[in-house]
Amino acid sequence: MTSIVLPLPDPSIVGRRDAIARDLVALCGADAVIWDEDGRRAFETDALTAYKRMPLAVVLPTSTEAVSAILKYAKANRIRVVPRGAGTSLCGGALPLEDAIVLGVSRMNRVIEVDFHNRFARVEAGITNLAISAAVSEEGFFYAPDPSSQLACTLAGNLAMNSGGAHCLKYGVTTNNVLGIKMVTMDGEIVEIGGSHLEAEGYDLLALIVGSEGQFGIVTEATVRILRSAEGARPMMIGFESSAKAGICVSRIIASGIIPVAIEFMDKPAIEVCEAFAKAGYPKDVEALLIIEVEGSEQEIADRLAYIASIAHELNPVAMVVSGSPEQSAKIWKGRKAAFGAIGRISDYYCMDGTIPLGHLPHVLEQISEICRRYGLRVANIFHAGDGNLHPLVMYDANAPGEMEKAELAGAEILKLCVSVGGCLTGEHGVGIEKRDLMRVQFTEEDLAVQLRIKSVFDPDWLLNCGKVFPLDAVEAAMAAAQFEASRSAEPGPAEAA
Amino acid sequence: MDDIMRPATEWELKSMMTVLAERGIPVEILGAGSKRGIGRPVVAPVALTTGAMRGISLYEPSELVMSARAGTPLSQIEVELASRGQMLPFEPIDLGPALGTDAGLQTIGAIFAANISGSRRISAGAARDYLLGARGVNGRAEIFKSGGRVMKNVTGYDVARGLAGSWGTLAVLSEVTFKVLPLPDDVATLVYPDLTDDLAVELMSLALTQPYEVSGTVHLSPTLASRLRHKGLSKEHRSLTAIRIENFTRSVSYRKQKLREILSAYGAPLELELESSLEFWGEVRRLSFLPPNGTHLWRISTTPSVAASLVSSIRRHMRVEAFYDWSGGLIWLETPASADAGSADIRRAVATHGGHATLIRADETVRRTVEVFHPLAPATDKLTRGIKHAFDPFRLLNPGRMYATM
Repeated sequence: MTSIVLPLPDPSIVGRRDAIARDLVALCGADAVIWDEDGRRAFETDALTAYKRMPLAVVLPTSTEAVSAILKYAKANRIRVVPRGAGTSLCGGALPLEDAIVLGVSRMNRVIEVDFHNRFARVEAGITNLAISAAVSEEGFFYAPDPSSQLACTLAGNLAMNSGGAHCLKYGVTTNNVLGIKMVTMDGEIVEIGGSHLEAEGYDLLALIVGSEGQFGIVTEATVRILRSAEGARPMMIGFESSAKAGICVSRIIASGIIPVAIEFMDKPAIEVCEAFAKAGYPKDVEALLIIEVEGSEQEIADRLAYIASIAHELNPVAMVVSGSPEQSAKIWKGRKAAFGAIGRISDYYCMDGTIPLGHLPHVLEQISEICRRYGLRVANIFHAGDGNLHPLVMYDANAPGEMEKAELAGAEILKLCVSVGGCLTGEHGVGIEKRDLMRVQFTEEDLAVQLRIKSVFDPDWLLNCGKVFPLDAVEAAMAAAQFEASRSAEPGPAEAA
Repeated sequence: MDDIMRPATEWELKSMMTVLAERGIPVEILGAGSKRGIGRPVVAPVALTTGAMRGISLYEPSELVMSARAGTPLSQIEVELASRGQMLPFEPIDLGPALGTDAGLQTIGAIFAANISGSRRISAGAARDYLLGARGVNGRAEIFKSGGRVMKNVTGYDVARGLAGSWGTLAVLSEVTFKVLPLPDDVATLVYPDLTDDLAVELMSLALTQPYEVSGTVHLSPTLASRLRHKGLSKEHRSLTAIRIENFTRSVSYRKQKLREILSAYGAPLELELESSLEFWGEVRRLSFLPPNGTHLWRISTTPSVAASLVSSIRRHMRVEAFYDWSGGLIWLETPASADAGSADIRRAVATHGGHATLIRADETVRRTVEVFHPLAPATDKLTRGIKHAFDPFRLLNPGRMYATM
């Protein structure tokens, strides 16, 4: 059994499933609604597969207007809605609820407009991350955020989670690469924020919406920044006898004034698995491996790699290999990006996503090993070293009773450790259900109240992606406080009195 | 407005806000006050400055991160960063000279509260893109934090970034944490004279669609160019279009050469080397060519390719001088003094072309009657009111500064 408590389904809504499904069919057509059991089962989980819930119904609309109609209907009937992109969330962000409609945007996947002159692309939000780059690559452009799941994950999901990726060390994460959105609020109202210009007027609503984990509205369209690709790019691999040395190397590179496009780290267990999968030529007899990529012309790449090599050299690396060809570069990245899948082939795993200040790296890695040793679990570490975003993969056997719980406990300890050294619970995967109950490790009640009030602005009835991000009792308290305030607002407040 | 409160710590700030909230007393929020003239006039019996909360509380050059109390002067921060070869990548402009105060006064808190960025925004991103975390006190007198000190953080909503550009109407910042980057080794600038606005925007966009990481693209009208003090550029009365390249020295010379070739159809550029470049971009950063001279000053954000057409449609109604930044995506427009600052004509042109316009410089009477910040669409207005209410239900913080009834 898994340990995270989900909101109890409302039996009166579950009991009306057939009527609700018929209403949805009337709103958006039979081919957009899935309500038979087999069909719904395909949506019962996301990439946090330990948790499953059969959704009430699934609807896959093809237009903003249809999304608006569905949300109006859901709001009027007080039915919860769980937004879904491609269902690749590692934190249970798209986990259904038994009394909720799953609203998937995957059929809204068109490229609406590409403007190279002004360097933006306007797309429907159900498009996959990689398809945006594919649509602009012929002219030498790309969309920068590159989560490992980019072949499958949707922009909608990236917006919800403010996704990052290996190359965001240089190019930033989703929030830094979005110019505008069209979003439907729970009222069914269509809101347009920003556009093809660089900054939206008024409050930075985009900043609040990106990363709100599908709790503020359903984004149906977005205008994203596209960038001209560098002339070339090449990774090098540097192996060290200890993780501590690899960490020092990263710090020295960054302090020296050079910002590579990506600095990725793998420890020995991760290297072995990824090498077996990708045959990338990763050095095997090392405790820690850095993959460092730089960009530019041939000469610039050579200059920069030589500079990085000179920094690494002082730390006596065990191995230092510069990619010799585009094929080898592709393999090096293939191994890294397939890391989660490759480890998944040998074991069940629980993927953590804390971020730490880089200076604490050796200490944190030591502690992670210690925590997992205590629980009798193996761990492989893969992470975005340039920005301190760790992905310890805690391995366990899902068929062995109690192992999953042990993995969750070890994971929670690791995340608490990240916060205790000045870091955070999640760098790019999101809170979802997975880290929901750890939010008080990082935030005070007042910090949470500030966030919860913003949620209530967008969705006062808490129908959108309910049960995620915040501890359930904090949500209850916030709703009670909002009700109290609303009841008092009939009376004149201090502002009016003044 | 003589009564200025000066909390020295976050706790003092909370105590003061508690008293104000209990009594329902509105308050004007200030840093150094250098941007006090922007926005609708705030009607409040007291003011509060963050100026006594100062000091750099964290600086880790090898992690590219700094934290500072909100009232820390920008100048102090930049000196500290430069001593370790680093900078604020978003290159915040200094509005002081354009607003008739001295340069170099502004505080780091105000930079983020107003989301102030400069020319490098086109390649590096805005102030809000570098804001990693913030602490502050809202209109309910609650101390809260959001974000943190690490580069990647999606724990909870991005409240810190949401405060950027809220002009002190949601919370009083007490501390900000931000990402910094290395200073470039070398800088060069290609300056193309005599281009029309149309051609200049075309050139700037062409430069930005090359793989050479152009980090600044500006175009000054002949009149504005003639106001430059830059030794090499100020003599003649002709328009100037400048392209900046920043990188390691070898890259700068390689990329500069490539760009010269690609942009050769636009004429032969003047070339500014390191020192001369720094001087020119320093003037751009202080908007030294847009001094208070009885005119109004507007800031218009739009799609680059329509920028020149937008300006010429405004020109049909009034005499304007235009400074284009962000390859045309940002227009600073000097307009003649008038009772409504040309607001109706400017906003109509902006509505046709897309984008938004903010009145940056006008006297108090004008700012009382004209919408200084761009009016919001109904759906956005509703959300904006909701957010304001969530942070500041009694409308105590800078009431009316952005929108009359908020």
